[in-house]
Amino acid sequence: MSRSSVPRARIRSVVLASAAATLALALTGCSTSGDASASADGKITLTVGTFGTFGYKEAGLYDAYMKQHPEITIKENPTTAEGNYWTALQTRLSGGGLDDVQALEVGRIARATSEDLADAFADLSDAPGVEKKNYLPWKWDQATTADGRTIGLGTDVGPMAICYRQDLFKAAGLPSDPESVGKLWAGDWAKFVETGKRYQAKAPKGTSFMDSATGLFNAVVSSSTVQYYKDGKLAYKDSPSVKTGWDLAVKAVQGRTSQGLKMFDTPWQTAFSKSTFATTVCPSWQQANIQQFSGPSNKGKWNIAQPPAAGNWGGSFLAVPASGKHVDEAKKLVAWLTAPEQQAKVFQKVGNIPANQAAHDLPGVVDYKNAYIGPDAATGQIFSTAAKAIQPAEIGPHAQDLTGAFSTGVQLMEQNGKSPEEAWNATVRQIDSTIQ
Amino acid sequence: MASTTAPSRNGPAGRQDTPPPHAHPSGPSVRRSRLHRWDTKGTPYALVAPFFLVFAAFGLFPLLYTGWLSFHRVSLYNVDRAEWVGLRNYTDLFTGQVSHYFWNALLNTFTLGVLSTVPQLLMALGLAHLLNYRLRARGFLRTALLAPYATSVAAATLVFALIFSPEGGMANWFLGLFGAGPVHWEAGRLSSQFAISVIVTWRWTGYNALIYLAAMQAVPRELYEAAALDGASRWQQFLHVTVPALKPTILFTVIVSTIGATQLFGEPYLFGGQSGHQGGTDHQYETLGILMYDQGFHSSMLGRASAVAWIMFGLLLLIGLVNALITRRLRASQ
Repeated sequence: MSRSSVPRARIRSVVLASAAATLALALTGCSTSGDASASADGKITLTVGTFGTFGYKEAGLYDAYMKQHPEITIKENPTTAEGNYWTALQTRLSGGGLDDVQALEVGRIARATSEDLADAFADLSDAPGVEKKNYLPWKWDQATTADGRTIGLGTDVGPMAICYRQDLFKAAGLPSDPESVGKLWAGDWAKFVETGKRYQAKAPKGTSFMDSATGLFNAVVSSSTVQYYKDGKLAYKDSPSVKTGWDLAVKAVQGRTSQGLKMFDTPWQTAFSKSTFATTVCPSWQQANIQQFSGPSNKGKWNIAQPPAAGNWGGSFLAVPASGKHVDEAKKLVAWLTAPEQQAKVFQKVGNIPANQAAHDLPGVVDYKNAYIGPDAATGQIFSTAAKAIQPAEIGPHAQDLTGAFSTGVQLMEQNGKSPEEAWNATVRQIDSTIQ
Repeated sequence: MASTTAPSRNGPAGRQDTPPPHAHPSGPSVRRSRLHRWDTKGTPYALVAPFFLVFAAFGLFPLLYTGWLSFHRVSLYNVDRAEWVGLRNYTDLFTGQVSHYFWNALLNTFTLGVLSTVPQLLMALGLAHLLNYRLRARGFLRTALLAPYATSVAAATLVFALIFSPEGGMANWFLGLFGAGPVHWEAGRLSSQFAISVIVTWRWTGYNALIYLAAMQAVPRELYEAAALDGASRWQQFLHVTVPALKPTILFTVIVSTIGATQLFGEPYLFGGQSGHQGGTDHQYETLGILMYDQGFHSSMLGRASAVAWIMFGLLLLIGLVNALITRRLRASQ
């Protein structure tokens, strides 16, 4: 049927196909940097592999750096989805063809710092201009290996808030100013679910309190210091946050307070513009999604409130593969990109909250106001406060896979009508079969 | 060459440069004739060699390498550090931790194959029959049949995903016209497999119809005329003239479609969005192709993925064997 989509030879030759692809990349990579090294003026091309939106191009940082360093040309190789990016990165780690700078998501950082992979990346703590005290300490530690090498410099963090629709809250008879809304659920995620029930009792027709219970589950786990791992071992079955998160997700599903959308999928994106849900968990990077998917007609309808508990969801690092041709130049670039001034510019352009805490004190960050949300909500203030309140949690090597498995588990309840028990068993089976 | 150099035995003795080919073998002419022999014998091999070289590099080597990998525990990011595990990957799939997903994927591959192949080929046969009549704009209609085939899987699947979307999709709107409730197409096992079959059927019906049409046009007109003289209706002509004449072609399309169905990947993968890599939240439309991708590239277990690949290869060999048997039987009965 899909004869053309996956030819038979390719099915059998997954390995070779990827090897060929990486070979092709390696060849092109060699030719460009080879030419550069050979040229008399010593010109160098640095490639930067990213996913999602890092905002360097948008904030004009590459151009600024190239202006300062005329001998350097920077090329970004962006991928939209982190999952695809990580898959490609893994194949290139064994097959070659890595970029000079590679971004890493927080859910992968423990894997990258593990014995298996740590040697593939250069130590960045000694890069020129890097000041350890500037970075959020927990962020710095996450990228540090057992033997004390720091292989990634933090770019941004994902402090959480709750974004809500003021118009829908009003219609359902709930308070709608940020302070009173924050008080509805202050200190306890269970209160958030209770508010959902209150909302649902008088909800405008066709709307739900939250977009997805997976968001709730992830938020509960993200705001705890004990998540999926304990003392270097997989321990999700005994984790209080996993249990609380799961139970609350069950309550949200059974109380029909969640619309049951798959986060990031097209129907989820469409639902923003159709105004069918009243709240979504709002890590700093979510602001861009809200604005993009809700559209200009919904400007000013969203607002932002304090979450029941502070937590971190997402955020990334920049790393330098040790096998690169221009390791020193790449380290210099990474140090510069993650320095306070540059992170502040990125924040102002795309809203990523700096992992560099010195950046929070620069003008235009803490006093930043979001014109779309609120309108003019003090998002700079809210998120930088939340970022500093984050308690570090142990992130295991498979954190990202576990997040995925549990999101699937919650979806089994809200989309496929499975009982909580069936869904839990399916989640455990999924984890057991893929994480060893 | 032989005719121009063939000398006369009575020729002048001095003409040593043109001896009889077999009498005094010497010098350039022997070389030439040897060259000639190599030329006639070797050229075909030289001409087919590029195909086999490419096949060896991109078909045979990966096949063998995948086989080797399937007996190892290998992670995607560290292919050099492979650890021999014997048949572990296979037993894992058949009876171990992943068996639940493997048997589920095998069943899904089968049901999706039936759902998409059977209606597709029947419709293609009917379409071809209709297009075989003298119709207005026949050329245009025949070309139009190929349009879905020329559309990329990704484009087609993304459009169909919108049609079957729970948020204002066209399929639910259509059901709504008849008062039927909205269906969450992607979430249900049957509904999602139905939706995916629609994509596959949409893409491949025209292609198969054209193959049938070509075969139909090779059926001698006289057969139809004779049947008409005997009072056979059009339907009877179709059943008793067209279909028997098309048997080998039908067999060919069945085989090719079955192979395609066994490898089904792009449509379910893209239809599932975020959970496409595992064939839906509940693995409700996970095919063998998707299982292989999920194990190899999502969970970084290349060894296990290679085992799935080899099992698929075995399945395809089995299908090929059945095909050969049926073909032989058909030929014998004719």
